[in-house]
Amino acid sequence: MVGIVAFGAYVPRLRLNRQAAYDANKWFAPGLRGLAKGERSMANWDEDSITMAVEASRDCLTSHKAEDVRSIYFASTTHPFKDRQNAGVIGTALNVEQNLMASDVGGSLKAGTSALIAGLNASRDGAQSLVAASDKRMARVASANELNYGDGAAALLCGTENVIARLVGHHSVSMDFVDHFRGEDAEFDYGWEERWIRDEGYSKIVPPAIKATLAACKLKGSDITHFIMPSPMPAVPKQMAKMAGIGEGAVRDLLGAALGDTGAAHALVMLVDALESAKAGDRIMVVAFGQGVDTLVFEVTAEKDKLPKRKGLSGWMARRKEEKNYMKFLAFNDMLPIDKGMRAEFDKKTALSVLWRKRDMIYGLVGGKCRVCGTVQFPRSQVCVNPNCHAIESQDPYAMAGLECAVMSFTADSLTYSPDPPAYYGMITFPEGGRFMADFTDSDKEQVKVGAKMRMTFRIRDNDQMRGGFKRYFWKAAPV
Amino acid sequence: MARGIKDKVAILGMGCSKFGERWDSGAEELMLEAYKECLKDAGIDQNQLQAAWFSTAIDEVHVGKSGIPLSTTLRLPNIPVTHVENMCASGTEAFRGACYAVASGAADFALALGVEKLKDTGYGGLPGGRGGPLQALWSANGTAPGNFAQLATAYMTAHGVSGEDLKKAIGHVSWKSHQNGAKNPKAHLQKAVEMDTILNAPMIASPLGLFDCCGVSDGAAAAIVTTPEIAKALGKHDIVSVKALQLSVSNGSESGHNSWDGSYFHTTRIASKKAYEEAGIKNPRDEISMFEVHDCFSVTELVTMEDLHISETGKGWKDVLDGFYDADGKIPCQIDGGLKCFGHPIGASGLRMLYEMYLQLQGKAGPRQLKNPRIGMTHNLGGAPRENISSVAIVGRYE
Repeated sequence: MVGIVAFGAYVPRLRLNRQAAYDANKWFAPGLRGLAKGERSMANWDEDSITMAVEASRDCLTSHKAEDVRSIYFASTTHPFKDRQNAGVIGTALNVEQNLMASDVGGSLKAGTSALIAGLNASRDGAQSLVAASDKRMARVASANELNYGDGAAALLCGTENVIARLVGHHSVSMDFVDHFRGEDAEFDYGWEERWIRDEGYSKIVPPAIKATLAACKLKGSDITHFIMPSPMPAVPKQMAKMAGIGEGAVRDLLGAALGDTGAAHALVMLVDALESAKAGDRIMVVAFGQGVDTLVFEVTAEKDKLPKRKGLSGWMARRKEEKNYMKFLAFNDMLPIDKGMRAEFDKKTALSVLWRKRDMIYGLVGGKCRVCGTVQFPRSQVCVNPNCHAIESQDPYAMAGLECAVMSFTADSLTYSPDPPAYYGMITFPEGGRFMADFTDSDKEQVKVGAKMRMTFRIRDNDQMRGGFKRYFWKAAPV
Repeated sequence: MARGIKDKVAILGMGCSKFGERWDSGAEELMLEAYKECLKDAGIDQNQLQAAWFSTAIDEVHVGKSGIPLSTTLRLPNIPVTHVENMCASGTEAFRGACYAVASGAADFALALGVEKLKDTGYGGLPGGRGGPLQALWSANGTAPGNFAQLATAYMTAHGVSGEDLKKAIGHVSWKSHQNGAKNPKAHLQKAVEMDTILNAPMIASPLGLFDCCGVSDGAAAAIVTTPEIAKALGKHDIVSVKALQLSVSNGSESGHNSWDGSYFHTTRIASKKAYEEAGIKNPRDEISMFEVHDCFSVTELVTMEDLHISETGKGWKDVLDGFYDADGKIPCQIDGGLKCFGHPIGASGLRMLYEMYLQLQGKAGPRQLKNPRIGMTHNLGGAPRENISSVAIVGRYE
């Protein structure tokens, strides 16, 4: 029996207040007034679809071992690299490389569900597949998309043991209905008229797909407890459910009020939302639209209640900081030619050969533990750092990303270039041993104190814009 | 213990350029300015020099690599020139090389010259973006003030000092140096500053404000060393000799092992102890007449005075507020204005500290001359509190 064995999510801490964004742009686009309520998630300057997918995957693997994962599917329409396996970065960050199939899935808003179908099918023989979906879509200033989109990620682990949601069936159709597109060189989406999309797209493509799925699963519409269907038009999912005989009460909230539409990740984000509260016996239908339709039906099992607690969507949603500064949103998204000063000009060229040699250290935050004296240290080195040991070539790899740490000393630096000044950084120490001077992120003055507990998080360190945007990733400390 | 350097080397001559934002000068002009004074003071001919040590720290922003820039600028007589770099301790490192050459008998006359031309970068503060390709992948996005600011947070935590008390104490450190710098015509900053101005200055890296940070300056300083016997034979009086030269370099325990609490300089404690031993100093608080220490930031000076074993650990801030290190205090510190006001052209700083000791010991310090100093100590630090080079020199009258 194949199905979902664990789930996780990630939502950036910042939430852009839509009224504030509207207020900045209403002189130009007064028609957006109806959208000027609630908030949308907003990635910090050091977050992208990879970093969010890593966090969602870590959340998902709270209960499972990363080394048991045999394949990773990473769905997004905003993969940071066109040619470089994005899913492989996630794997390295999770410290899995060997015996691993990694694949990027993109090109459509149904990439998340397509990745999930691939992951489920790859797991039929018992091998675990990790499916991560994440999007950080850009939108034009003063557009509806700017207010409707959100940044976020979800991750699902597929397998055959202790399944919490059994796959009942799935079905797909693929047709080149271009409701919107983003060309190779484009930063933003270009879309056609909504009424046409509703009447010729959703209304004609989705209902037959749902019907075929229900028939294959030997189910009626009324058997569905949770109906998940992302759409930029909130009335559409209700209409689709009605046409299929699915109860209106089953239609899941689109999470627009506090999160926004997370693109290719959204169907899976909504699925995680549903799984958090679902009960054994519940049947969940997931529908994703995008040049065709993917549909999946799951049945929640009794195993669900045994799944160890994780942060999940609700946990990450609860970690929230309101952002009313629309200019900051523009600057973080590189939409504002802000004067960064000469300190922003330092070359960010990455020696790829160094990155390869040190990938477990840089992407996996793997330090060392001395076999002679037991001292944990970062980075792993040739000679033990313990002044009373100094044993040579004595260290075994020691993964530190999952360890909590504490602030020993810190500063708020206004001199160094940071996209979000002042730059917080400081010496962090791990109770197991080991310390290093780390950048802090998602930090406010009130939170950063000597002794404060921190959690390591995978983030963008630099963006090498001289060479087409090679992003350097490393781990930063964030307040727990 | 090894026999040490005590009284084996004498300073024959010294020179120091005007420090500051020397828009009129490149490194070459600054080198010559210090060298001319130094050579004249030594009273020898350039052709008598047998070896030279040349210090710069950030060569990529001015002279470039190797000993060639010094040799070419001064047209040295094709002698060995060694370029040394040990971050902000580079100046003392050049001096150490020259002294060891003389002490070994390899040279009768050796030159140490340090220079830094920083004000051609187009922005304030020290040039950033150094470190190798691995550092670039993981080290924090830090600056010098940010690294030293953490010495302040850790010091407050270790000794239960309130933010307000510490801010006052480090404010006094800078206030005192401004008072001293006002009397030094070669200093970068020659203006006395009110305490209120210091305390209310804009924050650079909390808790360090603008006045807690030293000047970023251009400048050069030089010394010619020989043996005391040769100095005497040349008819020199009031000979200043080297009593101790010690250097201690971090081995990663502070930055990587949880035994260090961030509140002190492990290396300075080691280097100063060895230096006192080498110089035969039993009680430094009573025997040392004056200090020039590495006050790159006000808090660095405060903590350093503890690590040099002058103030009790955790009590240095009280000595500072008591005026112990003021010009009229028990042991004046930074009588020339220090890095804070004389300025900090990195490769020159260690030599500039010795220049002041040399002037004071010879009674040539003009309006800031101290009464009858006998022993002077310099402390020159490169790096950050968690990983550094601590370099100390003790010089005194040769008797």
